[in-house]
Amino acid sequence: MNSESAAMDAPEWAGDAGADVALVDALLRGEESAFVALLDRFHPALVRLALVYVQDRTVAEEVAQETWIGVLQGLPRFERRSSLKTWIFRILTNQARTRGKRDARTIPFSALGNLDDDGAEPSVDPARFRPEGEPWAHNWATPPRSWDAVPEDRLLAQETRAYIERAINALPPSQREIITLRDVLGWNSGEVCNVLGITETNQRVLLHRARSKVRQALAQYLTGE
Amino acid sequence: MTSPTDMTCQELVELVTEYFENTLPPADRERFEAHIGICGPCRNYLAQMEQTIRLSGQLTEEAIAPDVQQELLRTFRNWKPSQ
Repeated sequence: MNSESAAMDAPEWAGDAGADVALVDALLRGEESAFVALLDRFHPALVRLALVYVQDRTVAEEVAQETWIGVLQGLPRFERRSSLKTWIFRILTNQARTRGKRDARTIPFSALGNLDDDGAEPSVDPARFRPEGEPWAHNWATPPRSWDAVPEDRLLAQETRAYIERAINALPPSQREIITLRDVLGWNSGEVCNVLGITETNQRVLLHRARSKVRQALAQYLTGE
Repeated sequence: MTSPTDMTCQELVELVTEYFENTLPPADRERFEAHIGICGPCRNYLAQMEQTIRLSGQLTEEAIAPDVQQELLRTFRNWKPSQ
């Protein structure tokens, strides 16, 4: 995880600028294998991110396909100031915005990227800590049950994955968006802020709230607490 | 008893992501690590947050459907990048 902080300071194209240039050139020459490689690499992630905004697999597929058409239309003018990846995903979020104007079921974008208005959201139920005025105030009264005895194959079981999916789907949209990009798709914080146009601080707060809730859901599932 | 500069468990659980992201100010990082060093339940909690991140990264994506790929490839063949 700590290696990410170094990556965050570098310009976003620094990692694979050379590979991006070669790929864009191949696409502009009409090489099908380059386009197939791009589809394999990003289409599943585009659908995954689209599902954050539209919550319907068919619509998410349509948004991802419209994104590819937008990518082809825009590619001759791609200025290579951003990485190909962040550029493609920015097209996706724009497509989803357009979709949002047509589709009443789509989440309003004003709800995304911003901190929720409800202020403090404790990571752990305050009742699990000793109250103010008692000895050891604000330390655990009811500590978390260890997961050490949970076998690895149960952690990785399909049922556990389905449980995590449900926990993520239950999050407020802005938190679902960040945890999907950071933890499900494995992006670094610089990439996420770049695509969504949010500050590092907002991103970190939303990510922390999301992870804390998914941890709680997993704790309930794995150890019954 | 705890001293006023010691980190409490309730404070620690709010700082886990900042700890992972390496964005805690040095003094808070030191307090965080001092607390983890002596608090088993918080070590459990930290390990659970790590597991949560790891398991979220195991969610699988469906590969692109062959018919979708074929349709997009047709679009690509008809695409005229020079225009």
